[in-house]
Amino acid sequence: MDIDLIANILFATVRMGTPLLIVAIGELVCEKSGVLNLGQEGMMLMGAVVGFMIAFHTDSLFIGFIGAVAAGVLMALLFAVITMNFYANQVATGLALTILGVGLSGFIGRGYVGEALSSVDFQIPLLSSIPFFGKALFSHDLLVYISIGLAITVYWFFKSTRAGLVVKAVGESPESAQSLGLSVLKVRYLAIIFGGAMAGLAGGYLSLIDTPLWAENMTAGRGWIALALVVFASWRVERAVLGAYLFGFMSIMHMVLQSFGLSVSSNLLATLPYVATVVVLVLLSRNQQRIKLFAPMSLGKSFHSAH
Amino acid sequence: MRIKLEARGQHSKLMSYMSPIIAAVLTIFCGALLFWILDKPPLQTLHTFLIMPISDLYSITELLVKAGPIVLCAMGLSICFKANVWNIGAEGQLLMGGLVGSCTALWLLDAQGIWVLPVVLLAGILGGAAWAAIPAFLKNYCNTNEILSTIMLNYISLNILLHAVHGPLKDPDGFNFPESALFSDWQIMPIILEGTRLHLGVCFALLAMVAVWVLMSKTFIGFQLKVLGGDERSAHFVGFKEKRLVWLCLFICGGLAGLAGAGEVTGPIGQLVPNISPGYGYAAIIVAFLGRLHPLGILFAGLLMALLYMGGEMVQIQLDLPKAITGVFQGMLLLFLLICDVLIAYRLVIEKPLSKMIEEPLRIEPRAIAIEGK
Repeated sequence: MDIDLIANILFATVRMGTPLLIVAIGELVCEKSGVLNLGQEGMMLMGAVVGFMIAFHTDSLFIGFIGAVAAGVLMALLFAVITMNFYANQVATGLALTILGVGLSGFIGRGYVGEALSSVDFQIPLLSSIPFFGKALFSHDLLVYISIGLAITVYWFFKSTRAGLVVKAVGESPESAQSLGLSVLKVRYLAIIFGGAMAGLAGGYLSLIDTPLWAENMTAGRGWIALALVVFASWRVERAVLGAYLFGFMSIMHMVLQSFGLSVSSNLLATLPYVATVVVLVLLSRNQQRIKLFAPMSLGKSFHSAH
Repeated sequence: MRIKLEARGQHSKLMSYMSPIIAAVLTIFCGALLFWILDKPPLQTLHTFLIMPISDLYSITELLVKAGPIVLCAMGLSICFKANVWNIGAEGQLLMGGLVGSCTALWLLDAQGIWVLPVVLLAGILGGAAWAAIPAFLKNYCNTNEILSTIMLNYISLNILLHAVHGPLKDPDGFNFPESALFSDWQIMPIILEGTRLHLGVCFALLAMVAVWVLMSKTFIGFQLKVLGGDERSAHFVGFKEKRLVWLCLFICGGLAGLAGAGEVTGPIGQLVPNISPGYGYAAIIVAFLGRLHPLGILFAGLLMALLYMGGEMVQIQLDLPKAITGVFQGMLLLFLLICDVLIAYRLVIEKPLSKMIEEPLRIEPRAIAIEGK
């Protein structure tokens, strides 16, 4: 096994982990405010298809990404209205959002199946010419670095800003937060919208940079894996980063195994990220006390404000 | 003037029955709007989508063929949801049922006799139940959230099925197509109505409906499941065996979904193919909620869902609209249902503006003052 191969594996790990990281960060913020949005998969798909359609017509990745984020936000707003204003069950609404996203994205994207965007080749000058590290760490597209910046920002947000504290307070006890004069609804709306924006962005990453093409159901459960990732991370940003790359590694396992000269059915290898998700969930949730300790107290419960 | 939601003292029975109907009407209305935006004549397209699939006898039998597996899955899911077990894995359980059933069928390919089909179906039931046993075990002994575990198992089972159909179960004489060998006549579901594809599986769906109704409404186990779903702590205090109940509801759901899967491969398909289900397991979630988790409601909701599948195919053939329109309708249906459901526990009240309230002088009952003065 030569050094180039390891560099390639590292490169692919980071690349596969990035969309997971982006969604997981969005969902983490959302869950911190006490809202469980299971619609990540649907929002991602909508982001992917809208981003691709816009980029295809405008020939601009940037505008494509704006479209992707907007699509994610719109879906999230739908979720917010139904759960916050109509007090609907968050789990059921999230499921509905995913079902709608799968259907709607397949519907509006049908004419774009088989089309492709030109792929981008971005490299940080100088740094990317360093042997090994150049390929593994400095030859990525911009979004990889943006996602890391994002993770750091969210970490800082929760650790040392007042607004971060407000979000956490709302997630732990909306009643107390309200009695302190905080607007639970507003905070949760913003958190849900942020989650939607991130899911849209991640979807856009898949259809604009990663593959770059649109295919029905192309997210292949990444939205759900990201949800598991948040549990895995015990609602902590730094662990979410670690987890995202770990899952990224799991999804390129076929590349790793092939490099060892093993040939295993590609379909069976494709189950690995999902199996890993279940295994990780099992290991983490065996200790129920731990989950109770870390999970936001009001997670998934609707809040009925007094007026 | 402001419209606001006010909590009802008691849940409205009427609204809980009306809400699915309102949701369906709203969905159809929005669908018409969507067709209009797409420059298709809305009424005519709706006619193609919702009426044409049931305009003749053959189409109606096709509708029943599609409704069968959906209703089977939804019946199982309704038990789980009643017990507050969020099993999203009917799709995976259906696929596993189809896969295990197919394995058995291929293994018994040369066998003859009336016993062959029941064995194949039983294998499907066991396959689905075994697949559902995984989340049950994980929930009971590892506290693993069943939503995530069942979703993951859906993806896993799909990949295992693809592996099987591309590899070990591929027909050696099949020109390398990812399909198994055709099942023999002894393994195919008998046709009920000559000249159509209406097969015995539809009767299973009806039987399941009766069985689930009896289980949930007439037995102590059904009562226990409902208590568990209503308030877990009460169930615990009364001494119901929660773990056993979780096992039970997932087993039943897995078995029914597995039967649906085995029924598909031995019924309309007749062999194992990569896409044995166009998302029946997910559609069944909507059907279960739309049918108010009640067997009879599920039957009607299942027929409606099958109609959406048929309609999707119909508008694709007739009007060149993507088949994915079915998914759009499914999503809208569930979202509207959730919105309408708010009216079960709340009522809409129109708040008078403050200025008007001031104009009307506040009348104070003399008696009230007298009591207060005491």
